[in-house]
Amino acid sequence: MSAKTLYDKLWDQHLVKQRDDGTALIYIDRHMLHEVTSPQAFEGLRLAKRKPWRLDANLATADHNVPTTLIERAEGNKGIKDPVSLIQVQTLDDNCLEYGITEFGINDPRQGIVHVIGPEQGATLPGMTVVCGDSHTATHGAFGALAHGIGTSEVEHVLATQCLLTQKMKNMQVRVEGELGLGVTAKDVVLAIIGKIGTAGGTGYAIEFAGSAIESLSMEGRMTVCNMAIEAGARVGMIAVDETTIDYIGNRPYAPTAEQWEAAVADWRNLVSDPDAEFDKIVTLDADEIEPQVSWGTSPEMVTGISGQVPDPEAALDETIKRSHVRALEYMGLQPNQKITDIQLDKVFIGSCTNSRIEDLREAAKVAKGKKVASNIQLAMVVPGSGLVKRQAEEEGLDKIFIEAGFEWREPGCSMCLAMNADKLGAGEHCASTSNRNFEGRQGYGGRTHLVSPAMAAAAAIAGHFVDVRSLPANDANHAQEA
Amino acid sequence: MKKFERFEGVVAPLDRANVDTDLIIPKQFLKSIKRTGFGVNLFDELRYLDEGQPGQDCSNRPLNPDFVLNQPRYQNAEILLTRRNFGCGSSREHAPWALEDFGFKVVIAPSFADIFYNNAFKNGLLLVRLEEDEIERLFQETEEREGYALDVDLENQRIITPRGEILEFDVDEFRKHCLLEGLDDIGITLQDDAVIRQFEQQHREQRPWLFR
Ligand code: SF4
Repeated sequence: MSAKTLYDKLWDQHLVKQRDDGTALIYIDRHMLHEVTSPQAFEGLRLAKRKPWRLDANLATADHNVPTTLIERAEGNKGIKDPVSLIQVQTLDDNCLEYGITEFGINDPRQGIVHVIGPEQGATLPGMTVVCGDSHTATHGAFGALAHGIGTSEVEHVLATQCLLTQKMKNMQVRVEGELGLGVTAKDVVLAIIGKIGTAGGTGYAIEFAGSAIESLSMEGRMTVCNMAIEAGARVGMIAVDETTIDYIGNRPYAPTAEQWEAAVADWRNLVSDPDAEFDKIVTLDADEIEPQVSWGTSPEMVTGISGQVPDPEAALDETIKRSHVRALEYMGLQPNQKITDIQLDKVFIGSCTNSRIEDLREAAKVAKGKKVASNIQLAMVVPGSGLVKRQAEEEGLDKIFIEAGFEWREPGCSMCLAMNADKLGAGEHCASTSNRNFEGRQGYGGRTHLVSPAMAAAAAIAGHFVDVRSLPANDANHAQEA
Repeated sequence: MKKFERFEGVVAPLDRANVDTDLIIPKQFLKSIKRTGFGVNLFDELRYLDEGQPGQDCSNRPLNPDFVLNQPRYQNAEILLTRRNFGCGSSREHAPWALEDFGFKVVIAPSFADIFYNNAFKNGLLLVRLEEDEIERLFQETEEREGYALDVDLENQRIITPRGEILEFDVDEFRKHCLLEGLDDIGITLQDDAVIRQFEQQHREQRPWLFR
C-alpha cells in the first residue's frame, strides 16, 4: 500500500461513498453546535419531518452572543439584552431540548466557546471527524482529527444523515523546524506562517503542521496553530498524534476508559503521516527566525515582528498590494514606516477560541503580575474560553493577578472576538487582541484590531503601546512560553 | 421537499431586468432564525411605501398601489414572469425561501444568476429559461387577460399557454429528477441510508470509543 499522509488516513477511515461527480460522503463522528448557525438547520429538519441521525454525536453550547459580565450572566438567558441574540440562544435551548441533544446551557460550568469545550471534555478525540457551523473548527485538528468548518445547510445535512458531502482536498505540510525563542509562542508561529504564505496560501489544501517546533508545543499551543488554518485559507488544519496528545486526553469526561483506552491509544499512534508520504506542497519556516508578531493591517497576513515597522506602500511589489496597503493604513490610522512599538492602544482583549485556554491565561498573568494597566487603556479584559478554564484560573489565583493589575475578569464566551454581544470597540480605537481576525469592523464599527499573543497583549496593556515581551525583566516574560 | 407536480397557475408579471436578491428580500430580514415567514417581506421595498423591520406586522403597512403584486388580479399568482438576470447579487438562500413562502412555484425569465439558480432548485423552486421573444409574448398575453394562467409540465419540459401554444424548455436531468421526486441534498444522501448504516456499524465495531 502506498504511503499516506495523516489527512489521507483520516479521509480513508471515514469515506462512506465516493460519487462519480467527484464528491464524497464522509462519516461525521462529532458535531458541535452553537446558536448562530443552527436555528435554520433545525427548522429545516422540522419542515422535512426528519430526525437527527445519531443524537450522541452532537454537543451544543451557546457562545457567540452570550454576555460576559457577571451581573448579566446571573440572570441567565434574560440577561441577554439584544432581542435577536436572545432569540438565537433561546432557540438553541429549545431545539436541544426537543431533539434530546446534550447542551451546556448559558450558566453550566462546562459552557464555553465550542472550540474550547470540545477538547476540554474529551469530546474531540484523535481519529475523529469533527464538524461545526463555524470556520474555526480546524482547531480540533490539533488532536490528529479531521475537522471542518461547515455552513448552515451542511449543519442540517450532518444532523439528518451523519455525513458531510464534500470533496477531497490536496495535501500541504507546513514545517516549523528548530527551537522557538523565549517569549515566542504558538500564536506568533501561526501569524508568521500566515505572513509567509498569505491568507490564500492554503486554499484548497488540508494543512498538516509539523516539524520540531510544532512538536514542542503543548496541546493548547497546537490548538492555537490549527485554529488559524482558515486565516491561511485552509478549511482544515491538523497535527499528528504523539505523547502530548495522548496525555492531554486521559481522564477527560468523554474519553475512553479501561480496555477501550488501551485499544484507542494503540490506534491513535498510527495517526501520523507515513515517513515517505507525498505532499502536494511543503512550506518550511525556521523557528529561531520567528519573533513575537503584531498585525498592523486589516487582514491576518498584514503582520510583522515586534522589532519591525508598518510597511511603506510605495515599496510594495505590485499595484494591487500597494492599493490594499494604502487602504489598510488609512483604516488603521497608521503611518508608513511607523515603528510597531510606537502604536498606542485604547483597549486590550485576551480571549477567543484562539487564545482563551488555561495556558494562554497563565502566560498573560505572568506578564501582568504586580503591574498596572497603563492609564491610556480604557478597557483591558480577560475572557476565559469556558467555565472550567475560568474555574481553574481562579484556583490558581490568576483572576486576582488580572484584577489587581486593572483588567476586567469576565464570564466565558466569544465576546469581543466578533462583537455580537455588548463587548465592542468604538470607531478609531486600537485594540491589542488575542483573537484571529482583524477585518474592518470585526470588533466593532471602525475598530482597529492588532492580532497578538496573550503575553504580548498583556505587555501592551501594561505599557499602553506594543512592547517586545522578550525585553521585559526576567521573572515576567522569560518563561511565558513554558507553563 | 414536496414533489413537483404538474399544475396550472396564475402568472404575475414583474417587468424589470437584473432583480437582485437584495430587492427580493432586503438584508434587515436576514437576522431571522427561520427559513419560513419571509413571504410578507418579498420585494419589501417595492411592495410597501415605508421601510420594513423584521418581526413587524405587515398587515397595516401602507402598500404601494403601483406594484404588481399588490393588484388584486395577481393575488394568488404562483408563477412569476420576469426579465433577464433575475436573482443576481448576494448568495442568500433567503431569496428562494421568500419567493416560495409567498406562494411562487415557478419563475420564468430569459436568464438567471448562477448561485440563485442553484439555490432555487435546491429549495424546490423551478426556474424556467425561455427565449426573449417568448417572454415578450407572455408579458403581453398576461397584461391582456385577467386570470391568465399557464400549465407547467416539468415531466415533459413544457409550458402550455391558454391558447394551446407549447413552449419547451431545457432543464438539467439531475435537477429535474430531484424536483419531480421531491429530493433535496439530504434526500439524495438518504437514498444511500443503507450504505451509511453499514459503514456506521463497521466503524463502531472498529472504534467503539468514537461513539459516546
Ligand atoms: S471566539 Fe471568535 S472566532 Fe472563535 S468561534 Fe467565537 S466568534 Fe468565532
